[in-house]
Amino acid sequence: MSFSNIFMITDNPVISGVIWFVILTIVFYLARNHAHRAIIAISRVLHNAMRVSAHSVMLAEKRMIQRNTEVLLEQGREATERIIEREFERVDATVRRDLAEYPALHRHLSEEITKIDEDYNQSIEVPPAPPGWVKAVEAVAKIPSAKGDPMVGNVLEDIHQSLLKANIKATEEYRKASHKRHQLLNSMMPHWRKLRQVLTQVDKNVNSLLQRSTAIDRHIDTYEGIISRTDRAVRMLSSSSLTQFFIAAFVLTVATGGAFINFHLIARPLSEMVGGTNQIMGLQINNIAAMVIILVELTMGLFLMEALRITRLFPVIGALNDKTRIRMAWVFFSILLFLACVEAGLAFMREWLMEEDAKTLAALRGDEGVAAVTENSFLWITTAAQMGMGFVLPFALMFVAIPLETFVHSLRTVLGIVAVGFLRALAWVLRLFGNISRFAGIAIVNIYDLVIFGPLFIERMVKGREEQPEENKSKPVEYRGVA
Amino acid sequence: MMKKLIIILSFVSAVFIGGCSEQQVPNTRGVYMLMDTSGTYTQELEQAQRVINFILANLEPGDSFAVARVDTASFSEKDIIAKVAFDDRPSRANQQKRNFRDKIDQFVKGVKGSAYTDITGGTLQAIEWLTEAGTGHNTILIFSDLQEDLKEGYVRDIPLQLTGFKVVALNVTKLRTDNVDPREYLNRLANWQQRVESGGGTWQVVNDLERLEKVLTF
Repeated sequence: MSFSNIFMITDNPVISGVIWFVILTIVFYLARNHAHRAIIAISRVLHNAMRVSAHSVMLAEKRMIQRNTEVLLEQGREATERIIEREFERVDATVRRDLAEYPALHRHLSEEITKIDEDYNQSIEVPPAPPGWVKAVEAVAKIPSAKGDPMVGNVLEDIHQSLLKANIKATEEYRKASHKRHQLLNSMMPHWRKLRQVLTQVDKNVNSLLQRSTAIDRHIDTYEGIISRTDRAVRMLSSSSLTQFFIAAFVLTVATGGAFINFHLIARPLSEMVGGTNQIMGLQINNIAAMVIILVELTMGLFLMEALRITRLFPVIGALNDKTRIRMAWVFFSILLFLACVEAGLAFMREWLMEEDAKTLAALRGDEGVAAVTENSFLWITTAAQMGMGFVLPFALMFVAIPLETFVHSLRTVLGIVAVGFLRALAWVLRLFGNISRFAGIAIVNIYDLVIFGPLFIERMVKGREEQPEENKSKPVEYRGVA
Repeated sequence: MMKKLIIILSFVSAVFIGGCSEQQVPNTRGVYMLMDTSGTYTQELEQAQRVINFILANLEPGDSFAVARVDTASFSEKDIIAKVAFDDRPSRANQQKRNFRDKIDQFVKGVKGSAYTDITGGTLQAIEWLTEAGTGHNTILIFSDLQEDLKEGYVRDIPLQLTGFKVVALNVTKLRTDNVDPREYLNRLANWQQRVESGGGTWQVVNDLERLEKVLTF
């Protein structure tokens, strides 16, 4: 029995439609109250379910925010502790280096000052003592004698001459003494210079310590902010984490490019060792071997950086005692060096294979002579460049450990932020659908009434005429939240 | 943590097992070239030499290649002029290519035309050889005018089992009679196409040897 068979009560489809409309209107009118209750109940169930789900999602979002803050603060705390630790290590190194020399420096300074003091004392100007016989001359000069006494004149003349001689001698001696004093003062100059140099060095060291202490103060302030979980610290760490994430991602992309070049450098020559036709899971075995070599290099690089305590991805390596750790670092470095040499050899092999291919192709084309002519003397440059790249790239890839560590750490935060965003959006969507279902229920009720507007209109007219008492009037269905 | 690890390991194992369980077709190519040495077609052998060199240049380690002549009775290993399964190592494969070329050169220098043309026999030999080689993608190249001329008593009305084979007719030259009535040429091609396709193979004709690259792509 098809739909048309049921629908076509009469031969005329319009009349059949009208009959069906009337039947359905009556049925809907009779079932009005129950239908309204059912519609509203369903919409309320949906609304409540969505509301409760949205609430749960919001709670999950809050927990996620809390977790993010915890992670952020913990990472920030660790990072700041590391920085402060390193600053203290630097201060310690400065103090050990400079202050260990302090006794020697002090002695050196004392010696220099003593020398300067001695030179200074020696350079003090001593006034020449007046000759002792001056008083005897005064006595002779007071002898009462007649003027023109030749004896007295001769004596005085002799005294005058003696005085002149004594004066010349005294002047010479004074000049010599002054010269000697100037020489002493002159010899003080290098000591002064040395003294100034030593004091400048001391000043520089002290200033460096002061700068370090200022940096430590700044880091300690940050650390205190993190410990006391201030909003500023959280904001700062969040922003810093995002920046680090994007920078690390960029550097890792560059490193991936390096790894890709490295792969192409060694994949083909490896087919000379492991064959180039066998496949495992759709990948040629020489390609797998090349990938394994690169991954081993990366791993060794990571371990080496870890053993050097540059990164902290593997706490087990960092926690080893210094002797074992350094030994391990040497082992990792040796393996890396060995692999770098292998790669250089493979790069050479690649060039050789390419030349072989070119020769074979030339032979097959029948232009061997041309191939021999085109073989130029600059070919060694590309060979050397390939070998150099093969040797250097493993060491360059070693440094991937640094951005990788940053990436891994910042990824936690970024994933947390993304998860929060997702949960927030989900909660919004749930609330939206809850509200839609709620108002859709009301809309459906109104549409329902619109469909049966005829019987409702008649009912209102009949009720208006009868003017039934208030308590006998059919109570409209009450819906919570329906205006 | 343990639960997560188990889930991850299960997923990886499933992917691995799924990858292994697929029917893996070897990624190697097998090419068998039939070279018509009958009558006037011997003049085309230099062209065939160029085609062989081109194929050699395009084949890679792990691939297999054989060149056989089409003569009175071609269903024979003796008609194989040169055959090679290229070594995994590229350097060795290059050496093999050079040796192969030398063999073909020697053959072309001393070739004598055959009285009859048994292409079907050669094709049967090609199917046998390529199946035995176990290569993943097989191609039979027929360097001929496709005019079969069998000696009396030779039965070649045999259906060809060419499932998974690609048959390419190269340099199908027009005979004098074809020029008089081109339907003969077209019928000849159609007949071969029907034989190949009814045997489960794919058929292709390449007369412009500049388009040879398409022949070796899968």
